[in-house]
Amino acid sequence: MKNYFPTFVFCFLVWILVAGAGYPELILGVAVSLALAFFIARICGIRMSWKTPLSALLFIALYVPVFLLELVKANIDVLFRVLNPKLPINPGFVRIETGISDNFSKLILANSITLTPGTISVDADDDGGIYVHWINVTGDDAGSRSEKISGRFSRILKKVML
Amino acid sequence: MNIVYYILIILGGIFYAVGGLGLLRMPDVYTRAQAGTKATTLGTMLTMIGAGVVHPEWLPKIILIILFIVLTNPVGSSTLIRSAYRSRVEASGRTAIDELGAYYDREVE
Amino acid sequence: MMANVVFFALVALGLVFAVIRLFKGPTPFDRVLSMDMINIIITGLLVVIAGILDSALYLDIALVFAVLAFLETIVFARYMEGRR
Repeated sequence: MKNYFPTFVFCFLVWILVAGAGYPELILGVAVSLALAFFIARICGIRMSWKTPLSALLFIALYVPVFLLELVKANIDVLFRVLNPKLPINPGFVRIETGISDNFSKLILANSITLTPGTISVDADDDGGIYVHWINVTGDDAGSRSEKISGRFSRILKKVML
Repeated sequence: MNIVYYILIILGGIFYAVGGLGLLRMPDVYTRAQAGTKATTLGTMLTMIGAGVVHPEWLPKIILIILFIVLTNPVGSSTLIRSAYRSRVEASGRTAIDELGAYYDREVE
Repeated sequence: MMANVVFFALVALGLVFAVIRLFKGPTPFDRVLSMDMINIIITGLLVVIAGILDSALYLDIALVFAVLAFLETIVFARYMEGRR
């Protein structure tokens, strides 16, 4: 029960952002947000609490700049790989160790891996490992590869997710 | 203001074109997904922010669309790649190492 | 004005490459991948068109289009998983 109300408030804010704040929209918005809050909290098992906005602020301050920088680097990397007539790739599937068990953090981390240089996440196992398709495999063992792909992200995520 | 808009949408267009070229040039479906996903995500962010610069009153909704695309585009490609791997689509001959096959073999047992 | 033309030319280039892959693609997954990419490009295009035509209606269209594109990719991927 404790989860429902913050989730409801969040859904309602998004609704106002999309539909505007007219009178009929607000009534419909309350109904839709109630249904969605029930669905999200009960069936999907995503937990939101009053600490979530604080988490989100920390997330935006610490994580998003690093992520945007990596995204731009990734695109320049793709640009040069694609435009190079020799197509310098050395692809492979590797497993990396993240040390993160929380499902939501894992989703954020997997998405970030997909959008950072040369990697796309394929699958995740239950022990905190993520399987990654890497376009240019370097490094010899799992440790150095994990550090190279997700080291910065997982350190910040552990700090941010309360 | 207009100069910023022009620079942003032209950069976005360049990334769209590069993404398409990557889709065409890469040797197998996994590497194609790499080029496609990254380039189109940044291209979309740039063009949309460019449009938002000219119409600041649209920015909230544009940011909502950008957030949605940044959250869902990688999920879509990951799901597609996973199902391609599970359907045993062959990876290109240049693939150096494969630690994923062992994981699925273990799961089947 | 010139910049808009350059932008549309670049987008058309990207779309043409994606469509070639859509027709060529050796596996169904290549085709779905290029469909996904075409959808994302069209979403960006819709927002720029909203700016040019000065009509906020296109933003809603872009939002719904993005949602539908995501659903399409997920549904196709899950549907084709493990066939063959």
